[in-house]
Amino acid sequence: MTRVHDMGGRFGDGPINPEPNDAPVFAEDWHGRALAVTLAAGFLGQWNIDTSRHARERLSPKDYARFSYYEKWISGLADLLVEKAVLTREDLSEAGSNDPHPLAARMLKAEAVATALAKGGPADRPSDVPVAFEIGQQVRTAHPAANRKVDGGHTRLPIYASGATGRILRLHGTHVLPDSSAHGLGEAPEPLYAVVFSASELWADPENQRDEVVLDLWQSYLEPA
Amino acid sequence: MPHDDHDHPHALLPPEPALRVKALETILTRKGLIDPEALDEIIDTYQSKIGPQNGARVVAKAWLDPDFKRALIEDATPVVADLGFYGRQGEHIVVVENTPKQHNMVVCTLCSCYPWPLLGIPPGWYKSDAYRARAVREPRKVLAEFGVTLSAETAVRVWDSTAEIRYLVLPLRPSGTEGLDEDALAALVTRDSMIGTGLPKVPA
Repeated sequence: MTRVHDMGGRFGDGPINPEPNDAPVFAEDWHGRALAVTLAAGFLGQWNIDTSRHARERLSPKDYARFSYYEKWISGLADLLVEKAVLTREDLSEAGSNDPHPLAARMLKAEAVATALAKGGPADRPSDVPVAFEIGQQVRTAHPAANRKVDGGHTRLPIYASGATGRILRLHGTHVLPDSSAHGLGEAPEPLYAVVFSASELWADPENQRDEVVLDLWQSYLEPA
Repeated sequence: MPHDDHDHPHALLPPEPALRVKALETILTRKGLIDPEALDEIIDTYQSKIGPQNGARVVAKAWLDPDFKRALIEDATPVVADLGFYGRQGEHIVVVENTPKQHNMVVCTLCSCYPWPLLGIPPGWYKSDAYRARAVREPRKVLAEFGVTLSAETAVRVWDSTAEIRYLVLPLRPSGTEGLDEDALAALVTRDSMIGTGLPKVPA
């Protein structure tokens, strides 16, 4: 039931090797190109942010581990373009047709880029789901951490925080539920909270008893503790 | 349904990453689905227009103006939008304030969520497996690799960006900065200090 992207708390990754604050935004030219192709393709409107995250998460564990960051993006994008029938497998192997594409009218034009990026895509929505928890209330996260609608589907409860008891810190309003949205099952908005956990609740050997981790968690991931 | 297709279509593209990107760009351009000039525009936006200078402006204002800071902590999204900082990957902003008792640090363990309108595109290390895996479990060891050592009296609160909320750390104003104006203060605010893996520069 686990997926390879869910790596919070994992051992064995070694040092971080931070680059300086003034390092180039894109270490290689193709990094910027990969980001731009991915964003531009997203503006064709055939998927949402949850779908595209899930496409990267579904890379095979071997590919996920060996691909660099933007290789994951471009490979996830290629898979998604075929899955959503924007391209065919023949298109990718360059045997595809050059006929006009039905989605061509949706192409993001250069002069529309600034407006499109500035517009953003807010995730808060009105919801009929009543707020169940108060600030300061103790809650327990679902265990196991898993999508309850689609087996192996997208979810945003990391394994390291599953079955853990924390405290509601903040209510963010009602937001699109990724577990539903990623799979074309509707936006299903519900209350979203910041939940704070003591490090000693999450780790066998916390660095400091006073340290904490906060996660943003949807109401359906939580139950009263 | 998730399609766990072991015959992933991406394998049809050239394996070398730069060629892989180029091939997909060429196919999509030929079909009229992307405009190469729009790609140039996107790259230029994040290379030269949107970056940590935006977040630094917010921090400097918060250091100077208690009313601005109060509004920022209360509900940052409209406050930073008033400064022109809104857009993709910054639709819901929360600012978390460092104090002598609490240091804040931001990560996205599941992917690479980051406040683009305030900080631009995340640096490589932020997206690395090592940072994603370790920041939540051993933040103090991670901070030490960035040259930051906190007192045991200062609690660390790590924010794992698991939803569409984007977090910006408001670092402590360094001592010796009394009398500095907004521009001079903004120049002290580093990208890492707003992620929580660094501290602001101290004036020379």
